[in-house]
Amino acid sequence: MTETTRCAPGDWVEVESILLEPADRSANLPDDTAAQPLRMWVKGFARTAAGVGDELTVETMTGREVTGVLVEVNPGYFHTFGKPAPELTAVGRDLRIRVAAYRKAGG
Amino acid sequence: MAGRTEAIMARKGEIMKRALGMDYAQFERSPIAFDYEAMMSAHGYSLEQIIAIQRSGGVGKTPLLELRNLTDLVRSYAEPGFGARLFVKDEAANMAGSFKDRRASVSIHVAKEKGYAGVIAATSGNYGAAVSSQAARAGLNCIIVQEAFDSRHVGQPEIIEKSRICEAFGAEVVQLTVGPELFSHMLELLDETGYLAASLYSAFGISGIESLGWELAEEMTALTGAPPTHVVVTHAGGGNTTGTARGLRRAGATTQVVSASVDLSGLHMASDADFNRKSFTTGHTGFGVPFATWPDRADVPRNAARALRYMDRYLTVTQGDVFYVTEAMAKLEGLERGPSGNTAMAAAISLARDLPRDATVVVQETEYTGAGKHHWAQLNFARENGVEVRAGDPTESVPGKSIVIPERPEQIRAKDFDLSKLRRSYVRNALAHAGEGYAPTSEDIEFLAVDTNSDAASIEAIVASLKEA
Repeated sequence: MTETTRCAPGDWVEVESILLEPADRSANLPDDTAAQPLRMWVKGFARTAAGVGDELTVETMTGREVTGVLVEVNPGYFHTFGKPAPELTAVGRDLRIRVAAYRKAGG
Repeated sequence: MAGRTEAIMARKGEIMKRALGMDYAQFERSPIAFDYEAMMSAHGYSLEQIIAIQRSGGVGKTPLLELRNLTDLVRSYAEPGFGARLFVKDEAANMAGSFKDRRASVSIHVAKEKGYAGVIAATSGNYGAAVSSQAARAGLNCIIVQEAFDSRHVGQPEIIEKSRICEAFGAEVVQLTVGPELFSHMLELLDETGYLAASLYSAFGISGIESLGWELAEEMTALTGAPPTHVVVTHAGGGNTTGTARGLRRAGATTQVVSASVDLSGLHMASDADFNRKSFTTGHTGFGVPFATWPDRADVPRNAARALRYMDRYLTVTQGDVFYVTEAMAKLEGLERGPSGNTAMAAAISLARDLPRDATVVVQETEYTGAGKHHWAQLNFARENGVEVRAGDPTESVPGKSIVIPERPEQIRAKDFDLSKLRRSYVRNALAHAGEGYAPTSEDIEFLAVDTNSDAASIEAIVASLKEA
């Protein structure tokens, strides 16, 4: 699958920006979090043509204008179920046997 | 950019007053006490009106199911004469797949009535789906602000699914990396848009959950002749416990309210590294304990969700227990539901074993499942993030390091969290927030007693021992 690296005006895209640099972040953060900038991703319709990595303004679903760096054109979702956990595959079989045995014994 | 957070936080009071649709100052009585019941009834809707609002939004009246196979499974290893009847309220049957629809429905109704153009909520959970769905029906704009990624831009699959479903319902989703500054950005968005803050913790939201407690009491009475002896509630921010308990009381039930959370002790909720080492994004002690001991940490001046006021017991279970029970529910009862909602189910299976057969235990929610939220997805993600997953004794699990899945249902043993510790911690927090040197009045002591479901003498004793410490 080839990634689209450019958007046209009106395309559905995702932009990224930095809301707070590490120095501007809240006090009392754990060290690992404090060392990182607070980053933001928002999706919307591209105002202009742009390439991935370019600064771009989008109009979001609520009509707000948000400016950031174009990271993806037509962003999707690829989360899944994955493989069954081996620790769980026999649970159904074993518990059905136990319930049946309990009932057979007059429980 | 320096000072951006300070600048917006300085205007917090003014922004929230407009965004909440209610002036909280009228309920304050002292640096400690406030008039909780006046706050809860200020919206002016009766329970009947709330139920009517919810019905028109496609919310509520979910199936109450008896779990005969799970009940017999528990009885197969309980002592003779023990093993309570198990029931579940299938809240996944709501419009957006969870009880959170009840919570969202009243806020959205108020936003529409008061003429707001849209709503904003900060949530990485099912509440975002609920607000997005109800807003779509009401023709309102909706922004959901999510803590979604760690600094590598890796997201919990459950949260990624929540981003997807919110966008499916037409919401604008603002995804952030880990950090509490999410709140200051929500303030900026409220300021920019003029939308209603559809807080999880508003009186609108919590009143919306009362219908759940009321409904299940009525349905159990129709089915068994009486309200349930026990209701088990997955607990995080406290709204589920609070609203359900209030609804049960409205129905005249004297049901024991048992809150339940997944034990995630040792993991820091604001840590970038820990963020993706937990397999539960809610219903865990990382929210459950801090919100029980200081509910007013929420994004409203006074939190309508006050779990300690209502819980009779607080049980914790392990992540492995909940995954096991999630699998068992699907295979034995034909109910494939999300793991977070099954937290209470894992606790209920342990509880039912120790109760007589004529006791009735209702688990008052389920949530939808699917790609990302599914327990297989969660376990695969845990493995990818270096968490050990194995079968064995679940008491050996270490949150963030290992998930131990029980080999037999007998191994599911919920632990009682000591409520007196929670109460003491709550009183300490209340005194600290009142300011140094503030001496609580008798009205304050009475408020703290009610707010912790204890009595004035116990509160006096805690105050005295904190002074000595």
